Order: sequence, then C-alpha cells, then structure tokens
Amino acid sequence: MEIQHLNVKIFAENSEGVDREKFTPVFHGWIQDQSGDELLLDVADYLHVPAGPGIVLIGEAADYGMDETGHRLGLRYNRKAKLEGSNNEKLTQALRSVLKGALKLESAPLLEGKLKFSRRELEFSINDRGIAPNTPGVWAELRGDFESFFSKAFPGNAIKMIPNPDPRQRFGVSVQTERPFDLEALLASL
Amino acid sequence: MKTSHDLWKSLLGKKIPADWGREIDIFETEIQLRKQGKLDEKLFAETRLRRGAYGQRYDNGQRHDGTKVQQLKFPSGELTKGPMTFCDAPGMQRIKIPIWGMNAEQLETMAELAEEYSDGIAHVTTRQDFQLHFIHIDDTPALMRRLAASGITTREACGNSVRNITACPYAGVCPDEAFDVSPYGRALTKFLLGHPDCQDFGRKFKPAFSGCKQHACGLTNIHDVGAIAVGKEENGQLRLGFEYVVGGGLGAVPFQAKTFEIFMAPEELLPTTQAIARVFARLGEKKNRNRARLKFLIKDLGLEKFQELVREERKILPYDPRWTSLIEDELRNEEKPLRAGGECPAGGSEEFQAWAKTNTRDQKQAGYTVVTVTLPLGDITPDQLRAMADLARKYTHETVRTTVEQNLVIRWVSKKDLPALYQELKAADLAQGGAGHIFDVVACPGTDTCKLGISSSRGLAGELRKRLSEQAFRLDQAVQNLHIKVSGCFNSCGQHHVADMGFYGISRKAGNYTMPHFQVLLGGQWENNGGSYGLPIVAIPSKNIPTVVERLTGRFAAEREKGESFQDFYRRLGKVATKTMLEDLIKIPDHDSKPEYYSDWGDPREYTIGDIGTGECAGEVVSLTEFELAAAEREYFEAQVLYEQGDVQKSGERAFRSMLTAARALVKTEFLDVPNDADSIVAEFRARLYDTQKFWDPFAGGKFGQMLFLAQEKSQDPYHAESAHHLLEEAQLFIDAAHSSYNKMAAQAAAPKAS
Ligand code: SF4
Repeated sequence: MEIQHLNVKIFAENSEGVDREKFTPVFHGWIQDQSGDELLLDVADYLHVPAGPGIVLIGEAADYGMDETGHRLGLRYNRKAKLEGSNNEKLTQALRSVLKGALKLESAPLLEGKLKFSRRELEFSINDRGIAPNTPGVWAELRGDFESFFSKAFPGNAIKMIPNPDPRQRFGVSVQTERPFDLEALLASL
Repeated sequence: MKTSHDLWKSLLGKKIPADWGREIDIFETEIQLRKQGKLDEKLFAETRLRRGAYGQRYDNGQRHDGTKVQQLKFPSGELTKGPMTFCDAPGMQRIKIPIWGMNAEQLETMAELAEEYSDGIAHVTTRQDFQLHFIHIDDTPALMRRLAASGITTREACGNSVRNITACPYAGVCPDEAFDVSPYGRALTKFLLGHPDCQDFGRKFKPAFSGCKQHACGLTNIHDVGAIAVGKEENGQLRLGFEYVVGGGLGAVPFQAKTFEIFMAPEELLPTTQAIARVFARLGEKKNRNRARLKFLIKDLGLEKFQELVREERKILPYDPRWTSLIEDELRNEEKPLRAGGECPAGGSEEFQAWAKTNTRDQKQAGYTVVTVTLPLGDITPDQLRAMADLARKYTHETVRTTVEQNLVIRWVSKKDLPALYQELKAADLAQGGAGHIFDVVACPGTDTCKLGISSSRGLAGELRKRLSEQAFRLDQAVQNLHIKVSGCFNSCGQHHVADMGFYGISRKAGNYTMPHFQVLLGGQWENNGGSYGLPIVAIPSKNIPTVVERLTGRFAAEREKGESFQDFYRRLGKVATKTMLEDLIKIPDHDSKPEYYSDWGDPREYTIGDIGTGECAGEVVSLTEFELAAAEREYFEAQVLYEQGDVQKSGERAFRSMLTAARALVKTEFLDVPNDADSIVAEFRARLYDTQKFWDPFAGGKFGQMLFLAQEKSQDPYHAESAHHLLEEAQLFIDAAHSSYNKMAAQAAAPKAS
C-alpha cells in the first residue's frame, strides 16, 4: 500500500514558557527567505481556537504549523502534494522536513531559545482517509514499513509504536524511543 | 492534489444523489478542459464560483512579504482558473448550509474535509455557510463528492446565483415567532436550486426568512428578498402568511428592504419569488457590477413599477405543481426531540450558571432549550466538529444549525440535560459563554484570506474579543448586550451596518507609508431584522480601535439614562460630540516613533494595500447562452472521451446531445421556456433561427443547421464507429457555428441603434 500525504508532528517540551504569538513573525520570516524545499505562501493564525491548528505556515506543497491539537504544542509538517518514491522515501522526506523545521525554530532568535522539542516522541499520520482509513487492516499493511523505517532511523534505541485507536481520526502512529535522540544526528542520518 | 480523488468516486458512488453526482462529474470535466485550454478562463471562473470554489488572497501570484513583492512560482506556471487567478493557488470552498442545518454525519464530514483539504479549521460565515480555506482546485471534486454523500451540495454557493437561503436558527422553537418558517425556507431552497430562471443574473441574489419582525436573527432587511412570518385575522380566523420585503442589501451602498406585499399567502411565496428572479434576470444590470444587485433595479424602476412588472410576470408563469407540493412535503418534516423535556436541576457551578445565562434560550416547547455553542471568530476544529456530532446524536435528533453570529446552535436540548451537556462541551473546549454578547465579535475573513480585504477584520475582532472577554462580566449589563461587527472593507460581509459598533477597513496615506484604518459606524440596529443602518463617524488607525471601543462603551455606561439604548444615547450626544471624544485617536503617529501602527492586527508585515486583488464576489458576468454553449462544449468533450474508450453508442448519443444543448442555448435568447426534449428544441431552432436565417453562415449558408436536422433524423439508429466519428466532426462544426451566431447576435445588440 502506498503512503502519501504524511503528517509528522514533533512535540514541544516546554509549551508553558513559549510565547505563541512569536511564531507568526518567525513564519513570516521563513516566507521572506523562501529557503526551504517548498514554496511558502502565507501565515494563518488560529490561536483563538483552543486545541486548534495554532499558527499555520501555509505552503503550496506542504504546510508547517505550530499545532495545538490535543492541547499538545508541536510542529506539524503536513505534506499536501503527491510524492514519488517508495514508502521509505516518503517517510524519510516527511521526517527530514519536520526535523529541519524544528531545528530552525529552536534556533530562531525571536524565540530566544525558549522552544525545545521532545527527543523521544514523534507522531506520524496519513492525511487522506481515502487511501488510508484508520482501520486495523491498514495498520496491518503498513506496520512493516513503519517498523523498518523506525529501526533504521533509531538504531540501537528501543522503540514503541502506538497506533491511534480512534477510527474517526486519521490513520496515525505515535513512536516513542527509550532513549532521547539527537535531532541533528537524526537529520544527518536520513 | 490528493492522490485519493478517483477512489472517492467509486467509494461513494451509490451514496451520492445521481443528479448531484453528474453535476460534480461535469465540474471535474470542466477543470480538465480548463487545464487543456479548451474552456475560457472567464467562463471557468463563473462555473467554479457557482460550485462554491472561490478565489483567495494572493491567487494572482504575488504577495508582499513585508519587505518586497514576491512573485509566487506555482508548479503549473501561468495556468489560470479565472482572470488573474492562478490554478495552483489555494482557494476557498464555500459550503451552503441550508435552513435545515446539519446532522451528525455532516458535521463529521466537515471535520474530515477541514483536516484533509484545508488547514485544520472550518469557518462559519455571517450567512450561515461554512467555508474552508487554502483548498487546491484539484481537490474540489472529491471534496464535493464527500459532501454530497452526506447530503450537502455546494451548488450556487457563490457566483451570480441564488445564494444560501437563510432563516433564523430558532425557527420552529422561538416563543416569539408567528409560525415556523423552516418548511417554507426549505421548499424555496429546493425550488430555486439550479432553477433555469435563476441562471442569468448579473449578480447574486440572497433570500432570507424570519419568524418575527422584532428580533435580529433572520436579518430580512438586509436581503434581496425577505419573508417575515405574520398572522392576520380574517372573518374571525387566523390566517398565516408572509410580509414580503425586497431590495435590501448591505455592501458599499446599503439599502433597507421595502415592503413588496404586506401579506402574502404561503402558496404565492414560490411563484412570486420565481417571477422576481425572472424580472431580475431580464432587467437587472449586467455590465456594471457595482449596480447589478436587485436593490439598484428596484431603485431605478421605482417600487411600484417593479411590483407591476413582477405581478405581470407572475401571471404568465407556466404553472408548476411544485409551488405547493414542495411546501406540503416540507410541512410533514417536523423536528422532534430525542429526550423527554424537563427542568434544569437547581444549583450548578457559578461558571455553569454564567454560561447558561448567555448560551441557552428557552424554546416555546416546554422543557426544552436551544444551546448556543460560541465559536471564536466562527472557527471550529475537526475534533470539535466530531464532538458536536456526538452531542447532537446523544442529546437530540441531530438538530444543529448555524447562526449569522458565526456560532452553532443545538436545538431541542432537554433542560434536564443541560449540566451534563455543558460538561461535555467543556471537555471539547466548546463551552465558552457570552453568546451574542459584546465580546462575541463578528468578522468577515478580511485580509486573512479575502482578495478585497483592506484591513485585518479578524485580527481586530480577535483583539477585541480577547480584551473584552477579560473584563466580560464586570462590564455594565447594557454594555454586555452590545454587538460589534467588523468588515475588512466597505463590502460589508461582516455586516458592520447592523451593529451597535461597526467597523470597516480602509487605508490612509502617511507620508511615504500607508496605515491600516477602520471607519467607525454608530447607530446601526441589530434588532428588527437589521432595522436601521449605522452611519460612519470617523476613520481611526486600526491600532486605536480597542481604545475607541473602550471610550464609547465607557461613556455609554456612565452617562446613559435609564433604559436608553446605545443608538439613542449616541443620537442624543450628537455626531460632533462623539467625534470630539475620539479626536486624539485620529492622529497618525509618525513611522519612526510608532512603527507598530504601520502593521495590522495579527500581521507583523509592514502594511501595504498592494496585495488587494480583484474580487470574485460579483462573479464573472457570463450570459446564460455562454454558459449553455460551454455545456455543449463539455458534452462534446465527453463524447470524444467515450469514443476513445470505444463506447461508440454513448459517444454518438452524447455528440447529438451537445448539438441540442448548443441549439437550445440560442433558442433561449428568444424563448426561455423551451422544453428540453429533442423534438421541441429542433422545432424551435428551425422556426426561430434556421428559417429566419439568423443561424446562417455567410459562406456555408444553412449547412450547419442542416447537420442538426440530419443528426436528429438519425438519432434513433444505432451508432457505429464511422457514424459516431462523423457525428463528432459535425457536432464540433455545429457548436462553432452556434458560437459565431451568438457573437453576431451580441454584436448586433451592442451596436448603436440608428435614430
Ligand atoms: S467585507 Fe471586504 S474584506 Fe470582508 S470578506 Fe467582504 S469583500 Fe472581503
């Protein structure tokens, strides 16, 4: 089964100390630079909605958002455009994108080093119920792809995969590592 | 853009009503045709607008990033989906939520669509629609199929068409209503959707219903046509009917609706509205879109003349049994409660009591209440939509409606269930109080997504909401009850004219810079269905507007006389004194000392008006004939595809159909009610266009017309590869000739008449 439209969320560790309003100017800065892989278009502010998408940097092929879903702040990468390649390549691309974004945010001068992302947990989902409804059958089909990807991404680190049990939610799997991983090293290894 | 497009068609095929499915297939084909350059961009623009697929800010391919203008390089390059509107640029999808509201499945579908195609938010508009933003045009057919499978069509959500027919969300349960207008609204919605008499307007047409004259919820005064439920005594009997009003509208030039008929019998509602649609299509302005709404036609003709024309048109309307049958059907669809009514248990937390005071409203049915779910700026998340679906199932027969204040209401909640429902709303972050209160600020999309936005209406509304809710219950009760509405420009989508305090976006030059401002309007009336419109007082820099609100409300609270309304207070104070108290806030600080004044609320970029694009609110004025000729082209394209797939029989049939559609398009320029069967179309075409030589080609004479006659003669024979192929060639020639003939007619009509 072919994966498309991956979402990856990396969670913030210290969300209480983070001034959410600063994400807006930071993301506008990313648009000014256009230095990423995707064409970036606009910033949407949903801070007024509790547990919502937060501040979203809208792109043509993908969005980045400081997302608050489930009251858990984190950077979400949302791949919208179709990608060619194997499932492993698509997982790699999505993880690479979210890691690059996370590192950029951690070092953003406006955020004064106050934002730190978790080194133990990531959440992957497929944002297309047409190709991947959240069923045990889809999990059975994709489990192997996820397992092999995570074992290569986190060599020597025990991982726990927890599929999202709610059939109304998008197909998703949360991955937790026994030991913290290094964002830069992980990015370099992909 | 999504890879699952084709899957949805097969997954949902059977759940989608056949005619809706066919319409979406057609739209999908039109997208293909546009991409291949076979459908004109202007025509495609109006086509997509009529399916609710709207443009969005920056879709002209440029955006000021705060330091410079960026040219946005979309993958499909210069390909457009309308004039100056790039195909790959994200757009807005408007989704009509008709009078019957939403059931649980529809709420869940909306959640999925917001998550998968949009940016994780569904937005309720001031006309009780939903909107999803940042949608790729390629995703729209799948999105529409998923909506259709749950019983929602986006047909005629935008463009020059009959827009969402709205009604007070309390219809049927409000203690103050004359009677329940919902069945009549539903009947009119079904009747006018896709009605042939509503396809040739110069601009949009918005009907609304209200159950009473005194409240605001239906806002009939600001609509093109409005029906207000009334009762009258006749021979000791109570007769129910409508006070029917026409020609209202906001926009840059607001008009109050005028009474067309003081009492209209219910059976006259549909035919009279149809007659108005015909008069509007025939006489309404088509070239100057700024004067193309019904209100201008009525102004130009005078109400009496307009009434006379409509009554004449009404007399000659071909009888339609649906005028009454649709109403009879709908009267049988009565909403019912799921659970036994009762009383709300005494006590409960202070927080619950405060919420219940502002967010519940007793129904006329004892033991039941309507619960308002306050949505900040009209926004709701997918998880919240699913929570709403669960609650609608658990506590009611799935009776959820949208409101003009951008909230949701759950009807038929047993008062006994209120504490439990409150807890569940709270768990879903949906238990914010203050519905309809001063901090429940209404705003249009403004510069966030609208191409015409001048100032950030949502940014300002968010700021006011934040500041006012912090003081919420410390405010004087009279202040708590005030309404604030914000529009990003003079077009009034935020309905700023009918608020106690209204604001609309403008800009002002300050040296080499431009600064966002809002025009302040006072004196608007929300009650009485939007009974009077506010007048502009003064233009103030955006960043000073919260202080304006603070001063206006503070003075009102401090100096009002007992029972004096906000409108009366400021009328008493006078415009000069009001302006004087705001005088210091008008001053424009210089850029170096106060740079924050030169960016807008929620947007740190240096302010510019360079991002304003060309709006699509007015749609593209495309004549009915052009539309039908485009439909002929599309059928012809489908015939070609069928031929390529080897289905020659269907290919031949579709090619013949495309010729009929083109012929009918021309016939309709003279005879709007031409029946849709082949014999009638060909006979009318022969009499009106062929025998009169109007369709004749200067060189080929009547040759192309004869192709139609021959195709009709042979239409009962089976098609084979050669005959279908031959017909395909002739159909193309016939359609081309129909275009030339129409162009000739249009040129003749436009030519100056010899005196
Ligand atoms: S009022 Fe103006 S800015 Fe607001 S949605 Fe309408 S056209 Fe756009």
